[in-house]
Amino acid sequence: MTRKILVISLLISAFLLGFTSNTYAAGGEEDKTSFIMHHVKDSHEWHFATFGHTHVTLPLPVIVYSGDRGLEFFSSTNFQNHETHLFGEEYAHEGYFIDEHDHLGRVDESSFVEFSITKNVIMLFIVLIVVGWLALSAASFYKKNGAVAPKGAAAIIEPIVIFVRDDIAKNSIGPQYKRFVPYLITLFLFVWFGNLLGLIPGAANMTGNIAVTLVLAVLTFIITNVNGNKAYWKHVFMTPGVPPLMLLIIVPVEIIGLFTKPFALMVRLFVAITAGHIVILGFIALAFIFESYTIGIASTLMVTFINLIELLVATIQAYVFTLFSAMYIGSAVAEHAHDDHH
Amino acid sequence: MDLITPGTGLIFWQLFGFLGLLFILIKFAWKPMLAALDERESSIENALKSAETARNEMANLKAENEKLLTEARLERDIILKKAQDASVKMIDEAKEDAIKAGAQMIANAKAVIETEKKAALADIKTQVASLSLEITEKLLRKNLSDDKAQKELVDGFLNELKLN
Repeated sequence: MTRKILVISLLISAFLLGFTSNTYAAGGEEDKTSFIMHHVKDSHEWHFATFGHTHVTLPLPVIVYSGDRGLEFFSSTNFQNHETHLFGEEYAHEGYFIDEHDHLGRVDESSFVEFSITKNVIMLFIVLIVVGWLALSAASFYKKNGAVAPKGAAAIIEPIVIFVRDDIAKNSIGPQYKRFVPYLITLFLFVWFGNLLGLIPGAANMTGNIAVTLVLAVLTFIITNVNGNKAYWKHVFMTPGVPPLMLLIIVPVEIIGLFTKPFALMVRLFVAITAGHIVILGFIALAFIFESYTIGIASTLMVTFINLIELLVATIQAYVFTLFSAMYIGSAVAEHAHDDHH
Repeated sequence: MDLITPGTGLIFWQLFGFLGLLFILIKFAWKPMLAALDERESSIENALKSAETARNEMANLKAENEKLLTEARLERDIILKKAQDASVKMIDEAKEDAIKAGAQMIANAKAVIETEKKAALADIKTQVASLSLEITEKLLRKNLSDDKAQKELVDGFLNELKLN
Protein backbone atom coordinates (compact mmCIF):
# COMPACT_ATOMS: atom_id res chain seq x y z
CA MET A 1 0.00 0.00 0.00
CA THR A 2 2.71 2.47 1.06
CA ARG A 3 4.74 1.55 -2.04
CA LYS A 4 1.77 2.20 -4.28
CA ILE A 5 1.15 5.62 -2.70
CA LEU A 6 4.82 6.52 -3.10
CA VAL A 7 4.90 5.45 -6.73
CA ILE A 8 1.69 7.28 -7.56
CA SER A 9 2.78 10.49 -5.85
CA LEU A 10 6.18 10.34 -7.55
CA LEU A 11 4.47 9.90 -10.90
CA ILE A 12 2.08 12.76 -10.25
CA SER A 13 4.91 14.99 -9.07
CA ALA A 14 6.98 14.14 -12.14
CA PHE A 15 3.97 14.85 -14.31
CA LEU A 16 3.49 18.24 -12.70
CA LEU A 17 7.17 19.04 -12.97
CA GLY A 18 6.91 18.21 -16.66
CA PHE A 19 3.99 20.58 -17.05
CA THR A 20 5.51 23.49 -15.30
CA SER A 21 9.20 23.13 -16.10
CA ASN A 22 8.96 24.72 -19.54
CA THR A 23 7.34 27.80 -18.11
CA TYR A 24 9.51 28.39 -15.12
CA ALA A 25 12.87 26.89 -15.93
CA ALA A 26 13.53 29.52 -18.51
CA GLY A 27 12.71 32.61 -16.45
CA GLY A 28 14.67 34.50 -13.79
CA GLU A 29 14.80 33.79 -10.04
CA GLU A 30 11.59 35.78 -9.51
CA ASP A 31 9.72 33.87 -12.21
CA LYS A 32 10.82 30.52 -10.86
CA THR A 33 8.96 31.03 -7.59
CA SER A 34 6.17 33.38 -8.65
CA PHE A 35 3.88 30.43 -9.36
CA ILE A 36 3.81 29.72 -5.62
CA MET A 37 2.00 32.90 -4.67
CA HIS A 38 -0.01 32.69 -7.85
CA HIS A 39 -1.33 29.31 -6.76
CA VAL A 40 -1.94 30.29 -3.15
CA LYS A 41 -3.98 33.36 -4.06
CA ASP A 42 -7.37 33.49 -5.70
CA SER A 43 -7.53 34.01 -9.47
CA HIS A 44 -9.96 35.01 -12.21
CA GLU A 45 -8.94 32.02 -14.31
CA TRP A 46 -8.09 28.45 -13.47
CA HIS A 47 -4.70 27.66 -14.88
CA PHE A 48 -3.98 23.93 -15.15
CA ALA A 49 -0.89 23.56 -17.31
CA THR A 50 1.28 25.13 -19.95
CA PHE A 51 2.76 23.23 -22.90
CA GLY A 52 5.31 25.49 -24.53
CA HIS A 53 3.17 28.47 -25.43
CA THR A 54 -0.21 26.71 -25.05
CA HIS A 55 -1.96 27.47 -21.78
CA VAL A 56 -4.56 25.02 -20.53
CA THR A 57 -6.91 27.23 -18.55
CA LEU A 58 -10.52 27.48 -17.54
CA PRO A 59 -11.77 31.02 -18.13
CA LEU A 60 -14.09 32.13 -15.35
CA PRO A 61 -16.95 34.62 -15.29
CA VAL A 62 -16.29 38.10 -13.93
CA ILE A 63 -19.41 39.51 -12.26
CA VAL A 64 -19.44 43.17 -11.21
CA TYR A 65 -22.11 45.32 -9.63
CA SER A 66 -21.80 49.10 -9.64
CA GLY A 67 -24.32 51.76 -8.67
CA ASP A 68 -24.20 53.49 -12.05
CA ARG A 69 -24.00 50.48 -14.39
CA GLY A 70 -25.85 47.74 -12.49
CA LEU A 71 -24.93 44.06 -12.71
CA GLU A 72 -22.49 43.09 -15.47
CA PHE A 73 -21.05 39.76 -16.64
CA PHE A 74 -17.77 39.29 -18.52
CA SER A 75 -15.49 36.42 -19.32
CA SER A 76 -12.02 36.61 -17.79
CA THR A 77 -10.56 36.08 -21.26
CA ASN A 78 -11.68 39.62 -22.11
CA PHE A 79 -9.11 41.01 -19.70
CA GLN A 80 -6.00 39.13 -20.77
CA ASN A 81 -3.50 38.76 -23.54
CA HIS A 82 -4.73 35.85 -25.66
CA GLU A 83 -1.16 34.75 -26.36
CA THR A 84 0.40 34.84 -22.88
CA HIS A 85 -2.78 34.69 -20.78
CA LEU A 86 -1.35 37.49 -18.64
CA PHE A 87 -3.67 40.03 -17.03
CA GLY A 88 -2.74 43.69 -17.08
CA GLU A 89 -4.14 47.17 -16.94
CA GLU A 90 -3.50 47.55 -20.68
CA TYR A 91 -6.11 44.85 -21.45
CA ALA A 92 -9.05 46.89 -20.13
CA HIS A 93 -12.53 45.86 -21.31
CA GLU A 94 -15.76 47.88 -20.93
CA GLY A 95 -14.15 50.14 -18.34
CA TYR A 96 -12.76 47.33 -16.16
CA PHE A 97 -9.35 45.71 -16.02
CA ILE A 98 -7.61 42.95 -14.09
CA ASP A 99 -4.13 44.00 -13.02
CA GLU A 100 -1.03 41.77 -12.95
CA HIS A 101 -1.84 40.78 -9.34
CA ASP A 102 -5.17 39.35 -10.56
CA HIS A 103 -7.04 42.23 -8.91
CA LEU A 104 -10.14 43.69 -10.60
CA GLY A 105 -10.09 47.47 -11.04
CA ARG A 106 -12.15 50.13 -12.76
CA VAL A 107 -10.61 52.51 -15.24
CA ASP A 108 -12.52 55.58 -14.00
CA GLU A 109 -11.82 54.55 -10.36
CA SER A 110 -15.46 54.80 -9.23
CA SER A 111 -16.75 52.26 -6.73
CA PHE A 112 -18.05 48.77 -7.58
CA VAL A 113 -18.64 45.41 -5.88
CA GLU A 114 -17.27 42.21 -7.35
CA PHE A 115 -19.11 38.87 -7.29
CA SER A 116 -16.89 37.04 -9.74
CA ILE A 117 -16.88 33.28 -9.89
CA THR A 118 -13.16 32.96 -9.21
CA LYS A 119 -11.04 29.83 -8.93
CA ASN A 120 -11.79 29.55 -5.22
CA VAL A 121 -15.53 30.01 -5.82
CA ILE A 122 -15.46 27.07 -8.25
CA MET A 123 -13.50 25.11 -5.64
CA LEU A 124 -16.10 26.17 -3.07
CA PHE A 125 -18.89 24.85 -5.29
CA ILE A 126 -17.05 21.56 -5.75
CA VAL A 127 -16.62 21.17 -1.99
CA LEU A 128 -20.27 22.11 -1.39
CA ILE A 129 -21.40 19.52 -3.93
CA VAL A 130 -19.12 16.79 -2.55
CA VAL A 131 -20.12 17.44 1.06
CA GLY A 132 -23.79 17.92 0.20
CA TRP A 133 -23.92 14.80 -1.94
CA LEU A 134 -22.18 12.67 0.69
CA ALA A 135 -24.40 13.95 3.49
CA LEU A 136 -27.64 13.63 1.53
CA SER A 137 -26.86 10.13 0.29
CA ALA A 138 -25.93 9.18 3.84
CA ALA A 139 -29.25 10.60 5.07
CA SER A 140 -31.21 8.78 2.37
CA PHE A 141 -29.74 5.51 3.66
CA TYR A 142 -31.42 6.11 7.02
CA LYS A 143 -34.68 7.07 5.35
CA LYS A 144 -34.68 3.82 3.39
CA ASN A 145 -33.34 1.45 6.01
CA GLY A 146 -34.29 3.01 9.33
CA ALA A 147 -32.08 2.71 12.36
CA VAL A 148 -29.74 -0.09 11.26
CA ALA A 149 -25.97 -0.46 10.89
CA PRO A 150 -24.70 2.01 8.26
CA LYS A 151 -23.41 1.15 4.78
CA GLY A 152 -22.03 3.13 1.86
CA ALA A 153 -22.00 6.92 2.29
CA ALA A 154 -23.65 6.52 5.69
CA ALA A 155 -20.69 4.43 6.84
CA ILE A 156 -18.35 7.31 5.91
CA ILE A 157 -20.46 10.11 7.34
CA GLU A 158 -21.82 8.40 10.45
CA PRO A 159 -18.52 8.04 12.34
CA ILE A 160 -17.82 11.72 11.63
CA VAL A 161 -21.27 12.72 12.81
CA ILE A 162 -20.89 10.67 15.98
CA PHE A 163 -17.37 11.99 16.52
CA VAL A 164 -18.49 15.62 16.15
CA ARG A 165 -21.58 15.04 18.27
CA ASP A 166 -19.97 13.11 21.13
CA ASP A 167 -16.33 14.19 21.21
CA ILE A 168 -16.67 17.79 20.11
CA ALA A 169 -20.19 19.06 20.81
CA LYS A 170 -21.15 17.07 23.90
CA ASN A 171 -17.79 17.53 25.60
CA SER A 172 -17.33 21.22 24.82
CA ILE A 173 -20.87 22.61 24.92
CA GLY A 174 -22.55 20.62 27.68
CA PRO A 175 -26.23 19.75 28.10
CA GLN A 176 -27.45 22.13 25.36
CA TYR A 177 -25.17 20.64 22.70
CA LYS A 178 -27.93 19.20 20.50
CA ARG A 179 -28.89 22.56 18.94
CA PHE A 180 -25.38 23.15 17.64
CA VAL A 181 -24.50 19.68 16.34
CA PRO A 182 -25.80 20.26 12.76
CA TYR A 183 -23.74 23.46 12.38
CA LEU A 184 -20.62 21.81 13.80
CA ILE A 185 -20.93 18.74 11.55
CA THR A 186 -21.40 20.92 8.46
CA LEU A 187 -18.45 23.06 9.53
CA PHE A 188 -16.22 20.04 10.10
CA LEU A 189 -17.10 18.38 6.80
CA PHE A 190 -16.76 21.63 4.85
CA VAL A 191 -13.35 22.48 6.29
CA TRP A 192 -12.12 18.89 6.10
CA PHE A 193 -13.13 18.29 2.51
CA GLY A 194 -11.97 21.79 1.57
CA ASN A 195 -8.56 21.00 3.03
CA LEU A 196 -8.37 17.55 1.46
CA LEU A 197 -9.58 18.52 -2.01
CA GLY A 198 -7.23 21.50 -1.89
CA LEU A 199 -4.33 19.06 -1.67
CA ILE A 200 -5.16 17.53 -5.05
CA PRO A 201 -2.57 18.80 -7.54
CA GLY A 202 -4.10 21.60 -9.59
CA ALA A 203 -6.86 22.30 -7.08
CA ALA A 204 -7.38 25.70 -5.49
CA ASN A 205 -6.29 26.78 -2.04
CA MET A 206 -9.87 27.41 -0.93
CA THR A 207 -9.75 26.83 2.84
CA GLY A 208 -6.42 28.66 2.82
CA ASN A 209 -8.15 31.81 1.62
CA ILE A 210 -8.84 34.41 4.26
CA ALA A 211 -12.28 35.28 2.85
CA VAL A 212 -13.45 31.70 3.38
CA THR A 213 -12.06 31.41 6.89
CA LEU A 214 -13.40 34.89 7.66
CA VAL A 215 -16.96 33.84 6.81
CA LEU A 216 -16.70 30.65 8.87
CA ALA A 217 -15.22 32.52 11.83
CA VAL A 218 -17.93 35.20 11.61
CA LEU A 219 -20.64 32.53 11.58
CA THR A 220 -19.17 30.99 14.73
CA PHE A 221 -18.92 34.48 16.25
CA ILE A 222 -22.58 35.19 15.48
CA ILE A 223 -23.79 31.83 16.78
CA THR A 224 -21.71 32.25 19.94
CA ASN A 225 -22.94 35.72 20.80
CA VAL A 226 -26.56 35.27 19.74
CA ASN A 227 -26.75 32.31 22.11
CA GLY A 228 -24.79 34.02 24.87
CA ASN A 229 -26.70 33.71 28.17
CA LYS A 230 -26.73 35.94 31.24
CA ALA A 231 -23.66 34.36 32.80
CA TYR A 232 -21.70 34.86 29.57
CA TRP A 233 -22.48 38.57 29.25
CA LYS A 234 -22.03 39.06 32.98
CA HIS A 235 -18.61 37.53 32.62
CA VAL A 236 -17.82 40.06 29.91
CA PHE A 237 -19.20 43.25 31.46
CA MET A 238 -19.16 42.50 35.20
CA THR A 239 -16.43 39.92 35.48
CA PRO A 240 -17.14 38.18 38.79
CA GLY A 241 -14.51 38.34 41.50
CA VAL A 242 -12.74 41.37 40.06
CA PRO A 243 -12.49 44.61 42.10
CA PRO A 244 -14.52 47.48 40.54
CA LEU A 245 -11.43 49.50 39.63
CA MET A 246 -9.88 46.57 37.84
CA LEU A 247 -13.04 46.27 35.75
CA LEU A 248 -11.85 49.35 33.86
CA ILE A 249 -9.04 47.21 32.50
CA ILE A 250 -10.71 43.82 32.47
CA VAL A 251 -13.90 44.80 30.61
CA PRO A 252 -12.10 46.19 27.54
CA VAL A 253 -9.89 43.10 27.54
CA GLU A 254 -12.98 40.88 27.71
CA ILE A 255 -14.62 42.84 24.88
CA ILE A 256 -11.50 42.55 22.75
CA GLY A 257 -11.51 38.87 23.70
CA LEU A 258 -14.92 38.44 22.06
CA PHE A 259 -13.33 39.39 18.73
CA THR A 260 -9.92 37.79 19.13
CA LYS A 261 -11.50 34.35 19.42
CA PRO A 262 -13.03 34.30 15.92
CA PHE A 263 -10.02 36.22 14.63
CA ALA A 264 -7.79 33.42 15.88
CA LEU A 265 -10.08 30.88 14.20
CA MET A 266 -9.87 32.76 10.93
CA VAL A 267 -6.09 33.19 10.97
CA ARG A 268 -5.27 29.68 12.22
CA LEU A 269 -6.99 27.85 9.38
CA PHE A 270 -5.83 30.33 6.74
CA VAL A 271 -2.20 30.15 7.86
CA ALA A 272 -2.08 26.41 8.38
CA ILE A 273 -3.45 25.56 4.95
CA THR A 274 -1.69 28.30 3.01
CA ALA A 275 1.62 27.50 4.68
CA GLY A 276 1.23 23.84 3.75
CA HIS A 277 0.63 24.73 0.10
CA ILE A 278 3.59 27.13 0.11
CA VAL A 279 5.92 24.51 1.60
CA ILE A 280 4.91 21.91 -1.01
CA LEU A 281 5.26 24.38 -3.87
CA GLY A 282 8.52 25.64 -2.38
CA PHE A 283 10.02 22.17 -2.60
CA ILE A 284 8.81 21.88 -6.18
CA ALA A 285 10.36 25.30 -6.94
CA LEU A 286 13.73 24.05 -5.71
CA ALA A 287 13.93 21.84 -8.78
CA PHE A 288 13.52 24.87 -11.05
CA ILE A 289 15.93 27.04 -9.10
CA PHE A 290 18.78 24.52 -9.08
CA GLU A 291 17.85 23.00 -12.44
CA SER A 292 19.19 19.68 -11.21
CA TYR A 293 17.76 16.17 -11.45
CA THR A 294 19.24 15.22 -8.07
CA ILE A 295 17.51 18.12 -6.37
CA GLY A 296 14.40 17.29 -8.36
CA ILE A 297 14.29 13.73 -7.02
CA ALA A 298 15.05 14.87 -3.47
CA SER A 299 12.44 17.61 -3.57
CA THR A 300 9.89 15.20 -5.03
CA LEU A 301 10.47 12.86 -2.13
CA MET A 302 10.10 15.77 0.27
CA VAL A 303 6.90 16.87 -1.49
CA THR A 304 5.49 13.38 -1.05
CA PHE A 305 6.41 13.45 2.62
CA ILE A 306 4.97 16.93 3.17
CA ASN A 307 1.82 15.87 1.34
CA LEU A 308 1.34 13.07 3.83
CA ILE A 309 1.80 15.54 6.67
CA GLU A 310 -0.67 17.87 4.97
CA LEU A 311 -3.27 15.08 4.99
CA LEU A 312 -2.83 15.03 8.73
CA VAL A 313 -2.91 18.83 8.96
CA ALA A 314 -6.10 18.91 6.87
CA THR A 315 -7.84 16.69 9.42
CA ILE A 316 -6.32 18.36 12.47
CA GLN A 317 -7.26 21.84 11.26
CA ALA A 318 -10.84 20.76 10.54
CA TYR A 319 -10.98 19.24 14.03
CA VAL A 320 -9.41 22.29 15.68
CA PHE A 321 -11.70 24.74 13.89
CA THR A 322 -14.77 22.73 14.90
CA LEU A 323 -13.52 22.12 18.42
CA PHE A 324 -12.75 25.78 19.08
CA SER A 325 -16.10 26.83 17.59
CA ALA A 326 -17.78 24.36 19.94
CA MET A 327 -15.78 25.64 22.91
CA TYR A 328 -16.68 29.27 22.18
CA ILE A 329 -20.34 28.31 21.84
CA GLY A 330 -20.00 26.23 25.00
CA SER A 331 -18.63 29.19 26.96
CA ALA A 332 -21.62 31.26 25.81
CA VAL A 333 -24.34 28.77 26.76
CA ALA A 334 -22.78 27.27 29.91
CA GLU A 335 -25.02 27.79 32.95
CA HIS A 336 -22.04 28.52 35.17
CA ALA A 337 -19.02 30.06 33.49
CA HIS A 338 -15.90 28.00 34.13
CA ASP A 339 -13.97 31.09 35.23
CA ASP A 340 -16.36 32.14 38.00
CA HIS A 341 -13.63 31.55 40.53
CA HIS A 342 -11.17 34.12 39.16
CA MET B 1 -5.62 39.32 -5.43
CA ASP B 2 -3.87 39.90 -2.18
CA LEU B 3 -3.20 37.16 0.28
CA ILE B 4 -4.63 38.77 3.40
CA THR B 5 -7.35 40.93 1.85
CA PRO B 6 -10.57 39.00 1.71
CA GLY B 7 -12.21 39.37 -1.71
CA THR B 8 -15.83 40.54 -1.66
CA GLY B 9 -16.84 38.01 -4.31
CA LEU B 10 -15.47 35.06 -2.40
CA ILE B 11 -17.02 36.33 0.85
CA PHE B 12 -20.39 36.57 -0.89
CA TRP B 13 -20.25 33.12 -2.47
CA GLN B 14 -18.76 31.52 0.62
CA LEU B 15 -21.41 33.05 2.89
CA PHE B 16 -24.40 32.08 0.76
CA GLY B 17 -22.91 28.82 -0.41
CA PHE B 18 -22.11 27.69 3.10
CA LEU B 19 -25.42 28.90 4.54
CA GLY B 20 -27.27 27.16 1.70
CA LEU B 21 -25.38 23.94 2.38
CA LEU B 22 -26.03 24.36 6.09
CA PHE B 23 -29.78 24.78 5.71
CA ILE B 24 -30.17 22.02 3.13
CA LEU B 25 -28.13 19.61 5.21
CA ILE B 26 -29.88 20.53 8.47
CA LYS B 27 -33.27 19.95 6.89
CA PHE B 28 -32.54 16.91 4.71
CA ALA B 29 -29.46 15.29 6.21
CA TRP B 30 -28.62 16.02 9.82
CA LYS B 31 -32.11 16.05 11.30
CA PRO B 32 -33.15 12.65 9.90
CA MET B 33 -29.68 11.28 10.50
CA LEU B 34 -29.36 12.42 14.10
CA ALA B 35 -32.90 11.22 14.75
CA ALA B 36 -32.04 7.82 13.26
CA LEU B 37 -28.86 7.67 15.36
CA ASP B 38 -30.80 8.60 18.49
CA GLU B 39 -33.40 6.00 17.67
CA ARG B 40 -30.77 3.35 17.13
CA GLU B 41 -28.91 4.29 20.28
CA SER B 42 -32.07 4.26 22.36
CA SER B 43 -33.12 0.93 20.86
CA ILE B 44 -29.71 -0.50 21.73
CA GLU B 45 -29.99 0.97 25.19
CA ASN B 46 -33.48 -0.48 25.60
CA ALA B 47 -32.27 -3.86 24.41
CA LEU B 48 -29.43 -3.74 26.91
CA LYS B 49 -31.81 -2.64 29.65
CA SER B 50 -34.32 -5.39 28.89
CA ALA B 51 -31.49 -7.92 28.82
CA GLU B 52 -30.42 -6.62 32.20
CA THR B 53 -33.99 -6.88 33.50
CA ALA B 54 -34.31 -10.39 32.12
CA ARG B 55 -31.06 -11.32 33.80
CA ASN B 56 -32.27 -9.85 37.08
CA GLU B 57 -35.56 -11.69 36.75
CA MET B 58 -33.70 -14.90 36.07
CA ALA B 59 -31.58 -14.31 39.15
CA ASN B 60 -34.73 -13.57 41.18
CA LEU B 61 -36.40 -16.71 39.88
CA LYS B 62 -33.33 -18.74 40.71
CA ALA B 63 -33.19 -17.26 44.19
CA GLU B 64 -36.87 -17.95 44.65
CA ASN B 65 -36.44 -21.51 43.43
CA GLU B 66 -33.59 -22.01 45.81
CA LYS B 67 -35.69 -20.60 48.61
CA LEU B 68 -38.55 -22.89 47.72
CA LEU B 69 -36.15 -25.80 47.56
CA THR B 70 -34.67 -25.03 50.97
CA GLU B 71 -38.13 -24.61 52.40
CA ALA B 72 -39.19 -27.91 50.90
CA ARG B 73 -36.09 -29.57 52.29
CA LEU B 74 -36.79 -28.16 55.73
CA GLU B 75 -40.39 -29.33 55.56
CA ARG B 76 -39.28 -32.76 54.43
CA ASP B 77 -36.87 -32.94 57.33
CA ILE B 78 -39.60 -31.93 59.73
CA ILE B 79 -42.00 -34.46 58.29
CA LEU B 80 -39.37 -37.20 58.41
CA LYS B 81 -38.55 -36.35 61.99
CA LYS B 82 -42.19 -36.40 62.93
CA ALA B 83 -42.67 -39.75 61.22
CA GLN B 84 -39.62 -41.10 62.99
CA ASP B 85 -40.90 -39.86 66.30
CA ALA B 86 -44.30 -41.30 65.60
CA SER B 87 -42.85 -44.69 64.68
CA VAL B 88 -40.64 -44.74 67.76
CA LYS B 89 -43.63 -43.84 69.86
CA MET B 90 -45.75 -46.51 68.22
CA ILE B 91 -43.08 -49.14 68.77
CA ASP B 92 -42.76 -48.08 72.36
CA GLU B 93 -46.50 -48.22 72.80
CA ALA B 94 -46.68 -51.61 71.15
CA LYS B 95 -43.92 -52.88 73.41
CA GLU B 96 -45.70 -51.58 76.44
CA ASP B 97 -48.96 -53.09 75.30
CA ALA B 98 -47.29 -56.39 74.68
CA ILE B 99 -45.72 -56.36 78.11
CA LYS B 100 -49.04 -55.52 79.69
CA ALA B 101 -50.84 -58.19 77.70
CA GLY B 102 -48.19 -60.74 78.64
CA ALA B 103 -48.51 -59.87 82.30
CA GLN B 104 -52.25 -60.17 82.01
CA MET B 105 -51.95 -63.55 80.36
CA ILE B 106 -49.53 -64.74 83.01
CA ALA B 107 -51.91 -63.57 85.72
CA ASN B 108 -54.80 -65.34 84.02
CA ALA B 109 -52.78 -68.50 83.63
CA LYS B 110 -51.82 -68.37 87.26
CA ALA B 111 -55.46 -68.00 88.25
CA VAL B 112 -56.45 -70.92 86.01
CA ILE B 113 -53.65 -73.02 87.42
CA GLU B 114 -54.80 -72.18 90.95
CA THR B 115 -58.34 -73.17 90.13
CA GLU B 116 -57.22 -76.35 88.43
CA LYS B 117 -55.01 -77.10 91.38
CA LYS B 118 -57.88 -76.65 93.76
CA ALA B 119 -60.12 -78.77 91.60
CA ALA B 120 -57.46 -81.44 91.39
CA LEU B 121 -56.95 -81.38 95.13
CA ALA B 122 -60.67 -81.63 95.66
CA ASP B 123 -60.79 -84.53 93.25
CA ILE B 124 -57.89 -86.18 94.98
CA LYS B 125 -59.66 -85.74 98.31
CA THR B 126 -62.82 -87.32 96.96
CA GLN B 127 -60.91 -90.14 95.44
CA VAL B 128 -58.94 -90.67 98.67
CA ALA B 129 -62.23 -90.70 100.59
CA SER B 130 -63.81 -93.19 98.22
CA LEU B 131 -60.67 -95.28 98.19
CA SER B 132 -60.56 -95.30 101.97
CA LEU B 133 -64.24 -96.18 101.98
CA GLU B 134 -63.64 -99.00 99.61
CA ILE B 135 -60.67 -100.17 101.64
CA THR B 136 -62.76 -99.93 104.75
CA GLU B 137 -65.57 -101.78 103.06
CA LYS B 138 -63.16 -104.49 101.91
CA LEU B 139 -61.70 -104.72 105.40
CA LEU B 140 -65.07 -104.88 106.93
CA ARG B 141 -66.21 -107.44 104.49
CA LYS B 142 -63.19 -109.62 105.42
CA ASN B 143 -63.69 -109.06 109.15
CA LEU B 144 -67.37 -109.88 108.93
CA SER B 145 -67.10 -112.95 106.81
CA ASP B 146 -67.81 -115.34 109.73
CA ASP B 147 -71.09 -115.41 111.62
CA LYS B 148 -69.59 -114.62 114.88
CA ALA B 149 -68.26 -111.35 113.65
CA GLN B 150 -71.64 -110.54 112.00
CA LYS B 151 -73.45 -111.24 115.18
CA GLU B 152 -71.09 -109.15 117.19
CA LEU B 153 -71.63 -106.29 114.71
CA VAL B 154 -75.38 -106.69 114.65
CA ASP B 155 -75.24 -106.77 118.33
CA GLY B 156 -73.12 -103.67 118.32
CA PHE B 157 -75.68 -101.87 116.07
CA LEU B 158 -78.55 -103.14 118.06
CA ASN B 159 -76.88 -101.87 121.18
CA GLU B 160 -76.41 -98.58 119.67
CA LEU B 161 -79.99 -98.54 118.41
CA LYS B 162 -81.23 -99.46 121.79
CA LEU B 163 -79.38 -96.75 123.33
CA ASN B 164 -81.11 -94.35 121.02
